[in-house]
Amino acid sequence: MKGKNTTMTEIHMPRLSDTMEEGVISSWQKQVGDKVSPGDVLVEIETDKAVMEYEAYEEGFLVKQSVKEGDTVPIGAVIGVLGASPDAAPEESGGAAPAPAEPAEAPAAEAAEAAEPAEAPAPAEPATAEAGAPRTRTSPLARRLAKEYGLDIDQIEGSGPKGRVVRADIEAAAKQRETRPAAAQPAPAAQPAFDDGRDSEEVAINNVRKVIARRLVQSKQEVPHFYLRRTIDAEALKAFRVQVNEQLASTGGKVSVNDLIVKAVATVLRRHPAVNSSWVDDKLLRHNRINVGIAVAVDTGLVVPVLHDTDKTPLSEIARRSRELAGKARDGKLKPQEMSGGTFSVSNLGMLGVDSFAAVINPPEAAILAVGAMRQVPVVRDGEIVARHTIALELSVDHRAIDGAVGAEFLKDLAEVLEEPMRIIL
Amino acid sequence: MADTAKPKGGGTARSTGGRRRSRKDAAPSIADEQPKTLLEYYRQMLLIRRFEERTAQAYTQARIGGYCHLNLGEEATIVGLMTALQERDYLFTNYREHGYAIGKGIHPRRVMAELYGRSTGVSKGWGGSMHMFDTETRMLGGYGIVGGQLPLATGAALAVSYRGGDEVVMCQMGDGTTNIGAWHESLNIASLWNLPVVFVVINNYTGMGTTVEKSSAEPELYKRGSAFRIEGVRVDGQDVLAVRDAATDLVERARSEQRPFLLEAMSHRMKGHSVVDPAKYRTPEQVEEAKANDPVASFESQLLEAGVLTEELKQEIADSVRDEVTDAADFAENSPHPDVATLFDYTYATPVANESRRMPADPVFAD
Amino acid sequence: MSVITYRQALRDTLRAEMHRDENVFLLGEEIGVFEGSYKITEGLLKEFGERRVRDTPIAEEGFVGAAVGAAMLGLRPVVELMTINFSLIAIDQIINHAAKIYGMFGGQTSVPMVIRTPGGGGQQLGATHSQNIELFYSFIPGLKVLAPSTPAEAASMLRAAIRDDDPVLFLENLGLYNTKGEVPDGDDTVAEIGRAAVTREGTDITLIGYSRMAMVASQVAEKLAEEGISVEVVDLRSLRPLDRETIVESVRKTGCAVVAEDDWLTYGIGAEIAASIQEGAFDWLDAPVRRVAMAEVPMPYAKPLETAALPSPESLITAVHETLRAVGRRVG
Repeated sequence: MKGKNTTMTEIHMPRLSDTMEEGVISSWQKQVGDKVSPGDVLVEIETDKAVMEYEAYEEGFLVKQSVKEGDTVPIGAVIGVLGASPDAAPEESGGAAPAPAEPAEAPAAEAAEAAEPAEAPAPAEPATAEAGAPRTRTSPLARRLAKEYGLDIDQIEGSGPKGRVVRADIEAAAKQRETRPAAAQPAPAAQPAFDDGRDSEEVAINNVRKVIARRLVQSKQEVPHFYLRRTIDAEALKAFRVQVNEQLASTGGKVSVNDLIVKAVATVLRRHPAVNSSWVDDKLLRHNRINVGIAVAVDTGLVVPVLHDTDKTPLSEIARRSRELAGKARDGKLKPQEMSGGTFSVSNLGMLGVDSFAAVINPPEAAILAVGAMRQVPVVRDGEIVARHTIALELSVDHRAIDGAVGAEFLKDLAEVLEEPMRIIL
Repeated sequence: MADTAKPKGGGTARSTGGRRRSRKDAAPSIADEQPKTLLEYYRQMLLIRRFEERTAQAYTQARIGGYCHLNLGEEATIVGLMTALQERDYLFTNYREHGYAIGKGIHPRRVMAELYGRSTGVSKGWGGSMHMFDTETRMLGGYGIVGGQLPLATGAALAVSYRGGDEVVMCQMGDGTTNIGAWHESLNIASLWNLPVVFVVINNYTGMGTTVEKSSAEPELYKRGSAFRIEGVRVDGQDVLAVRDAATDLVERARSEQRPFLLEAMSHRMKGHSVVDPAKYRTPEQVEEAKANDPVASFESQLLEAGVLTEELKQEIADSVRDEVTDAADFAENSPHPDVATLFDYTYATPVANESRRMPADPVFAD
Repeated sequence: MSVITYRQALRDTLRAEMHRDENVFLLGEEIGVFEGSYKITEGLLKEFGERRVRDTPIAEEGFVGAAVGAAMLGLRPVVELMTINFSLIAIDQIINHAAKIYGMFGGQTSVPMVIRTPGGGGQQLGATHSQNIELFYSFIPGLKVLAPSTPAEAASMLRAAIRDDDPVLFLENLGLYNTKGEVPDGDDTVAEIGRAAVTREGTDITLIGYSRMAMVASQVAEKLAEEGISVEVVDLRSLRPLDRETIVESVRKTGCAVVAEDDWLTYGIGAEIAASIQEGAFDWLDAPVRRVAMAEVPMPYAKPLETAALPSPESLITAVHETLRAVGRRVG
């Protein structure tokens, strides 16, 4: 005898990384009443390292979501219940079910950090958002040293308890910076002469602008760029996007072409580790994590929020995160950790009608992909001139880290994936 | 007061109206005294009376702060006791000590200035009403903690004994003090070590409001020395001559025999425990009794009766005492307050590294 | 240079000071005929007689107060209180009198006396005889409180205490009496009161202790050196005045600190040290200041309970390891 209505299976918060102590319900992939088969993605869980899909081991129907999206619970806490039938009622507060417990330590700050708003953040309430932003944990000594070294402590990852930035982290960062050649300092300008016959006036710039300027100069001066161009047929991609969005319609999710390209880049990078690298101080670093940055134009200049572990992040999540990060970028609310650790960037000016362009590499990354507008153009296909949607891609490559053929292989693979877009998610 | 004389020797206790060395066990008579001596006692008693009245007034005018316990009603006892001490003898008292300070020889100006908290005060404004101290006159302190002065006086007598000196230590206290541990420990040590100290209990029948009968299982306090084989004597504290004689006898015996003694002086508190005490716990009869036992008025009428004091002389003394008290108050009023810069001058006698000199709002580390 | 016990160092110093100054005399319970509960005064009655080695009745308030009174007249009494627990009976004389007389009377008389007394637990003496309440006295302006941890320090600091014109509470420790150390022959060094000492230099972490825990701290530092951890040890030596400069200077160098104390943690000596560190070395701190202190219970009699309640070398090592891990060191 099986399938009794009373048969219930609890789903617990899994341990998905070696250091994970608690997890955030990133999104439920099954809704209450949905049929669940073994292997189905039940839920996406954000650990301390990544957003992970969590699959069902048993068959049944999801009868309860015990923890709502955005909430944090410790490993082992009940997050949902599977029942034998869609209308099976889970027993309330069974003895075995631990309450979605508060994490033992520092729950407030961590939860606040981890909990992403389910909807796009309402930009109307900046003050609230500001107050909720967690402060970087630092030791007083680390703060003082960072100041002395002229380092932005918010850009430094902490190795201490709960990510506290300690002296060792600052010293490591300072050492790393020392070994990097400093950008050439422009000769100090003489008294600015703005009455130069051009009716000029000085425009106030902020530090971000200065940093961008310095880094671009550094990039163009130090990094030997070479460029690879390729135009892809985007018909399939366009159709795939429609298809995906139809599927996502019920959840309110929406995927852009750029999201598809970002995910495709991540997928292909996994097969081309040589491209996911950096040339630093006469050393070639190969990165095991794939963190794709997305260039976003903002009032103050250009910022590149990073989608960490892009290859492991589901497409829908990439879409959601991209929108969120772009929003934050425009609102100037990006957290430092949301802008650091990139291994490859994608810059898309297609929405502004640009056909194609060559982007400047964002050091220490070794490549950047410039994406132009999707256009319907006449192309020769099987000897016939037909109208097809295409996108022009241009890859800028650091020749110190990546040879021409390696870059070309990557671009070729990328183009093929984009032209056969089911492979993006397979 | 009944004579309850006991056999002499260790552990004896006597009650007496006082005695002179020449005529033992007989009440002293005004007729046997020099008029000059009597008038000096009278003047001293009146000075203490007027001084304490001025103190009460200054307290109500907020010129004096803190606790303030007056010697009103204790004048005969004070003058009798202080007369018995030599200049080289040491005195320890409790917190009701303005009169003792004056009686031991400290100028009333310096006593009043201390009450006013001025730098010219006997303790430089650091002690106040309860903590008068003067090295020169060997007034080794009024003490605010009941019984605190007993071990100290015992130790001072130990120092005298250690050095083979011939000074005597007198240790004054109130009746309530005979119940505290320090009493028992100090009398025991003083007797064991044969120390030259005379413990004097001022029995004014009440602690603050609690009677002796309610606090002491042996209310005849002079008998409580017998547990330590210390000879105890009770004397009428209203009679300056009786106190003088009894105290002189014990002080000199302490000096010659190198033994401690106990004297109980039966006294009256004219007012409450302190300036701020309305003394409502006293019955009208008790108040009347205290008034009737006013030692100053009583001594004055005795002197008038004996012809030692005339109305003119009385007026003359009254004027002189009034002037002296007024002068003391003026001196105090016009004296400087201690400089705040001296705040850290008296924490340690031997300068020491890392002594804190931080003011309340100062950071611990300046940089 | 001779290697002698802490006990011997105290005894030698008392004897030498009594020879040096006629005003120095000893008083306390069972110090004469019985030669001291912990035999510090062994042989002294025979040598100096009853006048200068005075057995007292069991009356701490009485004889501590008598010492205060004698000191007011210029003698230099050295009182022995059998253990610091019994000081509670004399606390009125210590706090309300010894500590106040110099200031309360405008500096007219000082109180040059010493109260020697051992603290400490670990001998199965139970709740009332195992306390470390030096904090009570360290809290009081007007008192000086010394807590030597080695025989040499015990000697030089006792000399300083006896020759000082202020009341000094001289903290000994039952666990230290039999410990040995080098003391220079014919030594007449007088320690400076109010100074801590860096007894071992190091760079990774500062370990702060006093009395027995200063000794334990040194042992722990030795052990940790084998693991490649460089521990700087600060022996407070003087609990009042407290040498904050030396503590802070060390922490500014190492960036982190562990305080070891035999007393209870809440409001204890370590609390003051930790507060001082955050005031003086805030911008140098790489980790919170850690305190290792006795469990907050009345000391039980049974050995396993007693052992568990007391700070041990292992507990110090744990605290050091955890603090170093917090600043990114791979240890333990």
